[in-house]
Formats: sequence, structure tokens, C-alpha cells
Amino acid sequence: MQEDIRLMKGNEAIAHAAIRYGADAYFGYPITPQSEVLETLEDEMPWETTGMVVLQAESEVAAINMVYGGAASGKAVMTSSSSPGVSLKQEGISYIAASELPALIVNVMRGGPGLGTIQPSQADYFQATKGGGHGDYHLIVLAPATVQEMADFVALGFDLSFKYRTPAMILADGIVGQMMEKVVLPPQRQRRTEEEVAAQCPWAVTGKHGRGHRNIVTSLEMDSPKMEENNLRFQRTYAEIAEKEVRFQEYFCDDAEYLIVAFGSVARICLKAIEDARARGIKVGLLRPITLWPFPTREIEALSRRVKGILVVELNAGQMIEDVRLAVEGRVPVRHFGRMGGMIPNPGEVLDALDTEIINPAKK
Amino acid sequence: MSAEEIIKPENKVYSRPRLLDERVTHYCPGCSHGVVHRIIAELLDEMGLEDNTVAVAPVGCAVFAYNYIDVDWVEAAHGRAPAVATALKRLNPGNLVFTYQGDGDLSAIGTAETIHAANRGENIAIIFINNGIYGMTGGQMAPTTLLGMKTATTPYGRRADLNGYPLRISELLAPLDGTCYVTRQAVHTPAAVRKTKAAIRKAFQNSMEGKGTSVVEIVSTCNSGWKMSPAKSNEWMAEHMFERYPMGDLKNI
Repeated sequence: MQEDIRLMKGNEAIAHAAIRYGADAYFGYPITPQSEVLETLEDEMPWETTGMVVLQAESEVAAINMVYGGAASGKAVMTSSSSPGVSLKQEGISYIAASELPALIVNVMRGGPGLGTIQPSQADYFQATKGGGHGDYHLIVLAPATVQEMADFVALGFDLSFKYRTPAMILADGIVGQMMEKVVLPPQRQRRTEEEVAAQCPWAVTGKHGRGHRNIVTSLEMDSPKMEENNLRFQRTYAEIAEKEVRFQEYFCDDAEYLIVAFGSVARICLKAIEDARARGIKVGLLRPITLWPFPTREIEALSRRVKGILVVELNAGQMIEDVRLAVEGRVPVRHFGRMGGMIPNPGEVLDALDTEIINPAKK
Repeated sequence: MSAEEIIKPENKVYSRPRLLDERVTHYCPGCSHGVVHRIIAELLDEMGLEDNTVAVAPVGCAVFAYNYIDVDWVEAAHGRAPAVATALKRLNPGNLVFTYQGDGDLSAIGTAETIHAANRGENIAIIFINNGIYGMTGGQMAPTTLLGMKTATTPYGRRADLNGYPLRISELLAPLDGTCYVTRQAVHTPAAVRKTKAAIRKAFQNSMEGKGTSVVEIVSTCNSGWKMSPAKSNEWMAEHMFERYPMGDLKNI
């Protein structure tokens, strides 16, 4: 079969990938820089083809609670938003996590805090990887660096969230949401039948339909010993995810004397900087975490035993660097280079930072 | 005729509904929730909806409603039940989906979700218990609290200049194009119970027929929060609440 190759924005790729995955519903609310997800879905009218429900909600709060309701019935349901809107969704995300429901949430990050800017950012790293809402929970957090990964991570995110019954998040930055690239779209999959949903999700609220007992989706448990047991069960799930689902990509790490750690589209800027460095004989490698949670702690720990220093490059004031430092445990210097407020570094700035922060700190 | 001859299954005229669980509820004795739960359990059985109902519980006194009525339930975040129900119904259009919400949940924190679900004409039924107070958290003021009414957060009585006016949410919902049925009922007398049951039956029918959003407001008592006996609460409700929240249909198409 011939590949379905298109040129499109990352946001558009998410919409097409959702339809082709056989997603059951999308609930969203407009916010820049991710409104193309909802716009594309409305334009494609998947309710006419796959039967997918698409609804513009009255708020991000309503949208995430629609996701909660849809997920409770065992359906593959998603939402997307950008930073301020994702803040609004946090209560609902906590409920979804605590009710052990699968769902996909997309955050195309813009600069903050507050209303901030519509330009790209990675300043929601803490929010995404440390829980975000109230209580002890984690999301599976995927960080795409290309439009292709925007498309691919829709299926990956849904599959992982159903496998572990925990919500997944695609944490994209505004660059990858807005830029256009070549993307190979997956073939169209059929949405699951009611029978398949019931078989895959025996916990789902679908109506009893002769089940003999009622299903209840709730995160409430007033009996503290039972609530502690619930928490321990969540933590066992997170431990299993941390053991099995770490994803990352290494570039030029075999002979690297210095290491850059960066995620999302920033990793691509760093890759260009590394090519320039290597042209000058400086052996730099790149580790790009693909899952931000679970974090590639072991891989960074191993690399920290071989390199002289690590530069963490982010579009924020220094967030992922905390996880890198936890992995490195002080073995080598770990320094940060970040731009904020929608500013994006060029490869030369990254190279300068590598030089002054890591290779020749005395020059500072 | 001896007692043994009379006490036979075929002579039974009143019993616990099949779908109302045999367990002690957490509701205060005398509160209206128990009667409304019973009505819902009776109707789900009578209308043959046991197997294709998904109900949405609120945050508030009815937060544990899922423990009492034997159908599938989702427990929603505070005020979000109509949004949760929106997705449940759209993704499973053959199901009856209804929310069961109090006045704090529906007319304070959840006002936006209530108005917009109704305005979209979601094919859901909203059962709205209006007792003019926050029961679960210990008797604080609700949007529906009457002027002058003492609560934990209006210890000297609700004042319009400080707290605004008692909100008549059904009067806001009735003019919306998406609603097909908006009615206000009570359960303080046998006649009122029968009318409420007929109203909820109609709301459930509307939902299954896809006619739009149905809202059944039930003006209710909270004897613990009101600090009155159950009997006195019923009297007080008829005397004071019905003036602000009059009984009857606001919309029926």
C-alpha cells in the first residue's frame, strides 16, 4: 500500500491521527497555539465517517470533564489545549488519574506564567511530569520533536493509557504544534465495537446490560485504610510504567565528552549545535527524552559516568534540569541554558552556552 | 380473615423498590433525598431502564448516591455532572443518562456546565435537589438560600447587599431552546410525591426520545441544616420556599 504522505502542522497531524486511530471522541476549547486541532476535526467531520464525536465545550473545565465521562464509559477520548487551558483542566486530570481511566491530553505549550504569550515554551514541564493537579499521581508524558511524532504519539499515548489505565499527555511546544513538516499518516483503523469496549474495559459504565452488578467510576473513598490501598495500587502502576516504558533517543553519545539533554523541538536546535561543535572537533552528544515521565534516569546516570559535563537546554528557567541532576547525583557539572517568554535560541547560542557553562567555565 | 391470610405476596401494596439497595443510607432522617432516590429506583425498574442507565452523582449530600441505586454510576467533580453526562450520552446514545445534583453543585460552582448542557439540548435529565443550603459541608449558604435565612456562613441571615439574591436557576433554564421540559416539584406530601414521580418519568422519557434537556427541580428540606424537625421543615418549606420557588411546570413541550 502506498504511504499517505502529507505536509501539515503538528496540530493538524494530531487531529488526523486521532481520527485514524479510531478515537471515539474529542472535546476541546479554542486557545492559541493549538486551535487547529479542534478546527481540523470540525473540518474533517469524522462523525460522518468513523462515528467519532467532536464537541467544542464551553470551557476547558467542561472539556476535561467530558473526557472524564467518555473515558468512564471505556471510550478512547481526548482533549487538547495550551498552557493556561491545561491549568484549568488539572482538577479533572487528577480525577481521571484517580479513577484509573485512560485518556489522552495534549498540551501545546505557550509562554507563561499567567496569560503570558502565545509563543512557544516548555515551561509546563513541572506541571506535566510531577502530577499537575492535586494528589499523588503521574501522567505518562510524551514529548514530540517532529510533526511525525505529533501524529505517532496519538496512538502511542492512547495505547499506553489503556494498557495502564492512566491518562497520557502529549507535551508539545508551540513550535512543533505550528510548524509544517512532512508526515506519514497511519492507515484508518475502525473504532472499537460496543462488544470490544465491554471486553477490553469490564470496569466501564456502559449500562449494566445483564452484567449482574453495577459499575461505579469514582475517586472517592472515605475509609482511609482503603484510600491508602488505592494509593499504593496507583504507585505500583507508576512503578511498572517507570520500569517498562522509558523512551529516549541518543545522538552521537558513543564518543561524547560532553552531553546535552533537551526535549521537544529544542532537541533539534541542539542537534544542529552539536553538528557545528563536532565540525570544530568538540565531541558532544545529545540525549532526547521522549518520555518525560517516566524519565530516562538510568540512561543519563550511565552517560554521566562517561562525560565531563552536561548542559540542559530548555525553553524555561530550568525545570527538566532537576531530574537530570537527580540522575547525575553530582558526578559532573550540570548546567542550564534556557530562553523564556516565547524566545527560541539558535544553535550558536547553544554552542556558546556549552562553551561558557561546561567546556570553559573559567571564561564566564 | 386472619393475619396469615392477609400477609401474602399478592396482597403487597408497598415494598422496597428492587433497584434501591438494602442498606442504611448516610442521609439524615427526614431529608428529602431518600424519597427522591426511591422514586428514581421505582421508575428505572418500571420503565425497564435498569440495564441501560448511567447516572451521574454530584459532590454534595448525594455524593454517595451510587451506593444506593443499582445502576451504573459516575461520580463527577463538583458542578461538572452535566459535562460528564454530555459525553456519556453522546458516546452511548441508547442509554438513559441523568444527573442528580444539589443546589450548590448545580447552581453555584456548576452554573456554566448546567446552562451550556441545557443550551446544547443534551438529551439528558437533570434531577435538581434545591434545599437552599450546603448540607454535606455543614450548612453554608447556597445561591438558593432565602433572604434572611441563617446558615453557617450567613449567621445573621442572608442579606441581599452582601450575598445577592436567591437564584432561580430553573427560570434561567426554561427559556433556553435546548430544554424541552423544566418543572419544579416537591416531595413533602403524598400528592407531591406522585407529581414528582410523574415529572421524573416524563424527564426520563424525553431523554430516551431525544427531545432535549429535561430539568426536574425538587424543592427539598434539609432539616439538619435548617435546624428543624423533619415535620417542621416540611411546614417551613411550604410556607417560605414555595413563595420564592413556586411549584409547577415552567416549560413542557
